[in-house]
Amino acid sequence: MTTDTTETDRIVHFELLPGARSWSFILRRGFALRLADRRGGGNCSALFYNAQDKLERYNMADTLKAQHTACLTKGHVCYSDMGRILVSVVGDSCGWHDTISGVSNAALVRERYGEARYQEHRNAFHRDGRGLFLIELGKWGLGRKDLVANVNFFSKVVVDEAGRMAFIPGHSQPGAQVDLRAEMDTLVVLNTCPHPLDPNPQWSPRPIELTVYRAEPVAEDDICRTSCPENGRGFANTAIYHCQY
Amino acid sequence: MTEPMTRLTESTLDPATAVYDYTIPAGEPWLHELRKGQTLRILDLEGNQAVDTLFYNARDPAERYSAVDTIRAQGSIYLTTGSRLLSTDGNLMLTILADTCGRHDTLGGACAAESNQVRYALEKRPMHNCRDNYLLALAESDYDMGKRDLTSNINFFMNVPVTPEGRLTFEDGISEAGKYVELRAEMDLIVLVSNCPQLNNPCNAYNPTPARMLIWD
Repeated sequence: MTTDTTETDRIVHFELLPGARSWSFILRRGFALRLADRRGGGNCSALFYNAQDKLERYNMADTLKAQHTACLTKGHVCYSDMGRILVSVVGDSCGWHDTISGVSNAALVRERYGEARYQEHRNAFHRDGRGLFLIELGKWGLGRKDLVANVNFFSKVVVDEAGRMAFIPGHSQPGAQVDLRAEMDTLVVLNTCPHPLDPNPQWSPRPIELTVYRAEPVAEDDICRTSCPENGRGFANTAIYHCQY
Repeated sequence: MTEPMTRLTESTLDPATAVYDYTIPAGEPWLHELRKGQTLRILDLEGNQAVDTLFYNARDPAERYSAVDTIRAQGSIYLTTGSRLLSTDGNLMLTILADTCGRHDTLGGACAAESNQVRYALEKRPMHNCRDNYLLALAESDYDMGKRDLTSNINFFMNVPVTPEGRLTFEDGISEAGKYVELRAEMDLIVLVSNCPQLNNPCNAYNPTPARMLIWD
């Protein structure tokens, strides 16, 4: 659980990402991003790419099978398809972040929340997760081929023994936060649309606070490095990439 | 949202009337087009052989199979009879019409030199793997496709349960010799397969074997 407040002099950027909006930026190695759900019930969908070579990208399957998990929490890392670590989850007050449900699309949003076009609603019009991802990806020369399975921070989807998926409403409590430390320069692509399995018929996407801060150096006994032997090898692979091994 | 765990369904199609019949040797790739309306049968000849499969819209390969959209829409992580395989654009690509195995994985992904290093040992990089198969098959094809086109695949005949606590495990297979799955193409498709050469975990029962591909018009 992360309850400490980041020292002000380590913070390099803060902004509030409104609900159902997107942002993308490069999180430099050695910096961390804190996502905070001040109101609770939020969702923040995320994709990660190597900023120097965007062909290397977050890989859901490699992340899950390396760590024998179907969800993410403190001590886990997000693997690229090249056996390296993009970001580590170094703090988490939530305990479970969804990795298997993808994002909403325009048809899903229209069906669940009704039509709300720009023409009538101006900037309160309904956005969808897929569309917002494509907009942000487009800013970096990326597109549909780069839209892979994403992480949904603050959302919990459980799977029963028969394989059935169930969204857990109210999982993210007010003030919930998760801290991601970049292990290489990482293009982070975010959107704050509601989770695609959130059954709430009210359109009430929640804002997410973003804080970028200087991370502490990665210690030998770092919880993400030592949480399983696979992650030790993942950090070693990433060190080789940085010519440090 | 009340899908049963498995739906065992046999096919009435006769292999003698198939328009295509090919056995992929153990550990090799297979790249083939499937026309809308054709039926593809994937046959696990010797049992517990993971067949790692990707599908693309033949007219626009940027539209491809989406594991997360498919499982979310059906409310279940396993694929079986009746599963509708959706694309990244939300369109129906294939329907599973018959399945004598009962459960197929789409979360475990395809093995790679790099993921083998992380999972087993840094020294495992030289071992043959599915993503090498994919890359070579695409590089030697007429398609302008490559690594950027490799996304979350289906592992036919593979058993990757998720526990209620959120653990993901690779379990011994539930398939056996002669089990098959049959899919109808709902659009013109490119099918990319790696007949998995993994030797480090039970996905192939530590013994990769051939898989037979049959197509009917």
